[in-house]
Amino acid sequence: MELTREEESALKGEQGEIMQMAYRILVATGEATDAEKLVPIEWTHLSGVNYNTIGDAGEEFLSSISKNARVKVKTTLNPMGFDIDNVSDYGLDENFISKQLSIRNSYETMGVIPSFSCIPYEIFDIPKDGTQVAFAESNAAIHANSYDNLKTNKESAFSALASALTGKSPYSSLRKEDSANITIRMNVDNPDELTYGMLGFFAGKVGDISVNISGLGKMDNRQCKAMCGGMGTSGTCAKFIFGEGDSDTEKIDFDEKAMQNVHDELNTSEKGDIITLGSPQLGLEEISELAGKLKGRSFEKRCMIFTPRTVKEQARKIGYTNELERAGCEILSDCCTCLTPLINKDNVDAVTTNSIKGAFYLKNSNGVGVNLKSLSQIIEDETR
Amino acid sequence: MKVLVSGKIKGTVLKSQDAINFLGTVDKKTGIISDKNHSLYEKSIKDTILVFPSGVGSSVGAYTIYSIKSNDTAPLAMICTKADLTVATGCALANIPLVVISEEEFSSISNGMKLTLDTDSTPQIQYQ
Repeated sequence: MELTREEESALKGEQGEIMQMAYRILVATGEATDAEKLVPIEWTHLSGVNYNTIGDAGEEFLSSISKNARVKVKTTLNPMGFDIDNVSDYGLDENFISKQLSIRNSYETMGVIPSFSCIPYEIFDIPKDGTQVAFAESNAAIHANSYDNLKTNKESAFSALASALTGKSPYSSLRKEDSANITIRMNVDNPDELTYGMLGFFAGKVGDISVNISGLGKMDNRQCKAMCGGMGTSGTCAKFIFGEGDSDTEKIDFDEKAMQNVHDELNTSEKGDIITLGSPQLGLEEISELAGKLKGRSFEKRCMIFTPRTVKEQARKIGYTNELERAGCEILSDCCTCLTPLINKDNVDAVTTNSIKGAFYLKNSNGVGVNLKSLSQIIEDETR
Repeated sequence: MKVLVSGKIKGTVLKSQDAINFLGTVDKKTGIISDKNHSLYEKSIKDTILVFPSGVGSSVGAYTIYSIKSNDTAPLAMICTKADLTVATGCALANIPLVVISEEEFSSISNGMKLTLDTDSTPQIQYQ
């Protein structure tokens, strides 16, 4: 990999230990992915925030580097483990809370915007077409590449952190070129967001770095997010290219049978004890739509709704929050269904959700059963 | 050979044919492999030159590599045949020299061998 004189100097430690470590990460990542150089990036989105995922080692590392490390570019942050406003309702232990707050402090000290959201593309302004960014949250990386005309690889927590500290990223993979190894032909009638989530999950399994996708009708925001979330869960692929692709590209159908296979893999329960909505977190449009659908109805079970804090505040001002709480929803900001410590198998057997991404982590990390249903089905079956 | 993290180190090889999942299979306090199904079960990776095909599993495993380095239970260097990002970023965080070698060279290294790894010299690996 070619480095500039300044980059070489940082790697040698002439700009301090933090910069040396950050460049070591960029060089190791770059060499591993055959990058020829580093390029400037304008925005970094970090993962590695939830104490549930990074543990004591992560907490100690962040606490140690935050004494000297400061981010160089706009840097936003993935969800953490809970919403401080209502954490006392969920019986989390003191150790979890204090370690999580230490992680939050470390990021804030480094100058990171405490957004605690997995949908940065929905709550921040999108830079101009073709801008290089570094997103570690998989659904956000896929959304950025596929819908927002930005360029990012599916970064790790570490490469994104190194990019935040240096403003650079290895020039490799999707930053350079996005040729798809396969074309997926969408061949399922009357798709809802659950169908698109399963389509994304299927695509992530067959795609290398990007896939062509054809046969998509008009999709709403919820469906687009579901497709990105599904893809991010099942593989390394990080871009949808809309269209048939070249005639010599391998073609594969996503039909009823392919969909059933994904369903069978992730749906492990006939019914859920609680309902979760929001993985990726719900944006204002989805909150508004949900409030509309719940007019005059109430959930018969607990229903947890995950949304960014900024959206929760807007929703409160507009009056959606009242409507949702009246219908029995628990509204949580700063956290997400995905890898939440708030649901565990000691008190929940199975969860009903419309999220493929949520389903994957509930099943594999929380160890609870999953009952997949579309939002309209959830409202029909679970409210009165 | 590809240098992912540079450095110079002299030590004794601990070799495994199995990939290593650093998250959950390495005891951070002792550096001992705690996975019963792993060929290095009950062996300590501390102060060894750890030679193995590649890392597997969650990228959070990189923090484990950082932890074992902080606890003084880390290998002196790692040598793999495939560059996976968990081991690459973990070694970068912890400043543990890491190189990727060919299958052929991998098969020529045996357990207990003493060698010097110096990423700035040629050849980069010298057998003793």
